[in-house]
Amino acid sequence: MKAVHIIEARGVPLDRSDVDTDQIIPSDWLKRVERTGFGRGLFSEWRDDPAFVLNQPEYQGAEILIGGARFGTGSSREHAVWALMDYGFTAVVASSFGDIFKNNSSKQGLVTVEVSPSALDELLALVRETPSTIITIDVAQGTIEVAEHDWRSDFSLSPMTRERLLNGWDDIGLSLRHDADIARYEAGVDIRRPSLAGLFDAEGRALQSSH
Amino acid sequence: MAGRTLFDKIWDDHVVISPEGEPTLLYVDLHLIHEVTSPQAFDGLRLHGRPVRRPDRTLATADHNVPTDPLSVPVLDPISRRQLDVLEENCREYGITLFPRGHENQGIVHVIGPELGVTQPGMVIVCGDSHTSTHGAFGSLAFGIGTSEVEHVLATQTIPQQRPRTMSVTVEGELPEGVEAKDVALAIIQTLGTGGGAGYVIEYRGPVIRALSMEGRMTICNMSIEAGARAGLVAVDDTTIEYLRGRPGVPSDEAFDVRADQWRTLTTDDDAMFDAEIVIDANTLSPYMTWGTNPAQVAPVNGVVPEPVDDADRRSLEYMALTPGTRLRDVPVDIVFIGSCTNSRIEDLRVAARVADGQRVADGVRALIVPGSHRVKAQAEREGLDKIFLAAGFEWREPGCSMCLGMNPDQLTPGQRSASTSNRNFEGRQGRGGRTHLVSPSVAAATAIRGRFATPSEISA
Ligand code: SF4
Repeated sequence: MKAVHIIEARGVPLDRSDVDTDQIIPSDWLKRVERTGFGRGLFSEWRDDPAFVLNQPEYQGAEILIGGARFGTGSSREHAVWALMDYGFTAVVASSFGDIFKNNSSKQGLVTVEVSPSALDELLALVRETPSTIITIDVAQGTIEVAEHDWRSDFSLSPMTRERLLNGWDDIGLSLRHDADIARYEAGVDIRRPSLAGLFDAEGRALQSSH
Repeated sequence: MAGRTLFDKIWDDHVVISPEGEPTLLYVDLHLIHEVTSPQAFDGLRLHGRPVRRPDRTLATADHNVPTDPLSVPVLDPISRRQLDVLEENCREYGITLFPRGHENQGIVHVIGPELGVTQPGMVIVCGDSHTSTHGAFGSLAFGIGTSEVEHVLATQTIPQQRPRTMSVTVEGELPEGVEAKDVALAIIQTLGTGGGAGYVIEYRGPVIRALSMEGRMTICNMSIEAGARAGLVAVDDTTIEYLRGRPGVPSDEAFDVRADQWRTLTTDDDAMFDAEIVIDANTLSPYMTWGTNPAQVAPVNGVVPEPVDDADRRSLEYMALTPGTRLRDVPVDIVFIGSCTNSRIEDLRVAARVADGQRVADGVRALIVPGSHRVKAQAEREGLDKIFLAAGFEWREPGCSMCLGMNPDQLTPGQRSASTSNRNFEGRQGRGGRTHLVSPSVAAATAIRGRFATPSEISA
C-alpha cells in the first residue's frame, strides 16, 4: 500500500448517516474475481439518480468523501474499501465509523478521519458553499483543516494505524519488514523440507520421484 | 524441561520471528490454492507489484465448482468458467503448477495433497478452505485461511498467527463392526459441540486412531473444523510412512528412509501436557447420522429423532421436517451423495462398493459417486468398483467438490433430502431448501439401496 502523509484535495458532501457496506458496494459485486474495478459499483443503487452528489460536475475529482454518522457499518466485506479507493477516494470524514470498516481501511491505506458532529457540520457547510474548497489532512499531526477559512479540527488514529499509513505498511508490508528473517529461515528449510521444485513437468505430470 | 506435544514441535520448528506484541510469523511449507478463494489474492499482488515468493511451494487445483459431468461437457456456468480460467491465467503468469479440470492429478485439494505425497509430516500447510485440517492426519499443522491471508502467503510464504491451545482427544477401545472413522468424527463433534474446539488444535490419539488407515485419520482430521478447532493432528507412525512410500512427492529408496526416520520423531512426548483432554470410548459407538442443521446434532442410525432441548433444535427439526420420536430408519431420502474431501478416497469407495455389490439403488433415489480425484477414480476403475456401482444403479461421476457445497450443478432442490458423506449439513449447504444428513460411506450406500436410512448390516442380512 502507498504511504500517506498529507492529503490535499477537494471534498464531496455525502452527508448521510448509517451508510452501510451494502450501500457502499452491493452484494452482486462480490462474485467478481478481481480486486480492482469496484469503483463502478460504488453506491451503485444511488448512482443512477442525476441528483446524487457524486454525479454533480462541481464535485468531480474530489478525493475526500464527507459522510455522516456510523459510516461503513454492516458486513465485513473488504470490497467496500476497495470500491471507495478504486473510485478515487483517499480519505473518508465522518463523525463515527463501523469498526471492521475502519480496520479494513487501515489495511488498505484509506484514511478514516473521525471528527465531532459539530466539526463535521461545519466542514459540510464549507464544502457545500464552495465546492472548490481545498481540505488538508495531515496524518502525522492528526489534523484536518481548510486554510482559507481558518477552519481546523483534530482527529485521532491508533499509533499502529498511523504508523501503517505513514509508512505505507499493509499486513504484507509489515511481514516483509522481516524479509531478512524469512530468507534466513528459508535457507535452512529448503534442505529439511524440500519444495515442489522438480516434482512435476510443465504440464503438471508427476516426474519420477527421485529428489 | 517438560515434554512437548506434537503441535509444539511443529510450531516451534516454524517460527520465523515472534516480535513483542505482534503475532508470530510462521513459515508455510506448502500453500494449496483453488479457483474460488485465490483470484482477489492474485489481483492484490498485481496491484502492489509483488511477486509470488515461492511458486515452488504453491500448488493449484480446480475443484470447488468444476462440473462432475463427463469431460466432454463444457463448463456451462459463466461465473464458474471465469474463475477456472482466471486460475489458469494466474498460475501461468506466476509459474505455479496447476491441475486443471480433466488433468490426471486434478481433484479436491485435500485429496490430491496426500495422494501425491506433497503433504508430509512436520509441515505447515495452508489453503483458502476450512477443511485444510484434513492434512493434519500426516502429523502436519494444516489450517484454512481467508483470501487476504492467501495473498499474504503468496507474497511472504509466512502467516501471522496467535499460538492456539492444545487439546487431546483419545479414542479408547475398539470400533464395533460397521462403525467407521466418520462415525468417530460425528461422535467427537457431538461430544465437543460445534464450538467446543474453538481456539484449540486437537491431537487425536489412542488405540482406535492408531489402528485407523490414513484415509480414516484424514476423515477425522477433516471434521475438526466442525467442532470449531483450528486444526487436527495425528502423530506419525508406520501407517503414515507406508502410505507415503512411493508417492510422487517423496524421495525414493534410502533417501526416503532417511526422511522417514526424521518424521518418526513427530509424536507427542510421554510427559507433555495438553490444555484440555477428552476421552471417547469407541466400544459405545454405532453408525451415526446427523438429524439437524449442524454437525453436532447426531443420533444413531438405529435410533429415533430426538426431542429438542432448545430453540436451535426446534428450528433444525422444522427445517429438516422431522418429528421427534420418528425412527430414523423410516425416513426416506431422495439423493445419496458419496464424495467430498471427507469421504471420497479409495477406501471410502471400497467400503461403499462392498455394500452396493449385487444390490440395486431403490426406485426414485438418485445416488451419485464422486471420486475425490482422478487418481482415486482411476484406481477405483482398476479395481472394478465403477462396474459394481453402475450395475447397482449409482452414477459414476468426474472428480470435484460437487454436492458438498453445490457450487457446481450438483445441488438439492428445495425440500429434497440427502444422505451425504460430506461434512456440513447447514441450511441450504447443498442447495437452497435442501435437507442434508451426514453419514459414513457404508451407511450412504445402504441408504441408497433401501431408499431410507439404513446400516450396512441390514443389507447383508
Ligand atoms: S469437498 Fe467440500 S469441504 Fe471439501 S474442499 Fe470441497 S467444498 Fe470444501
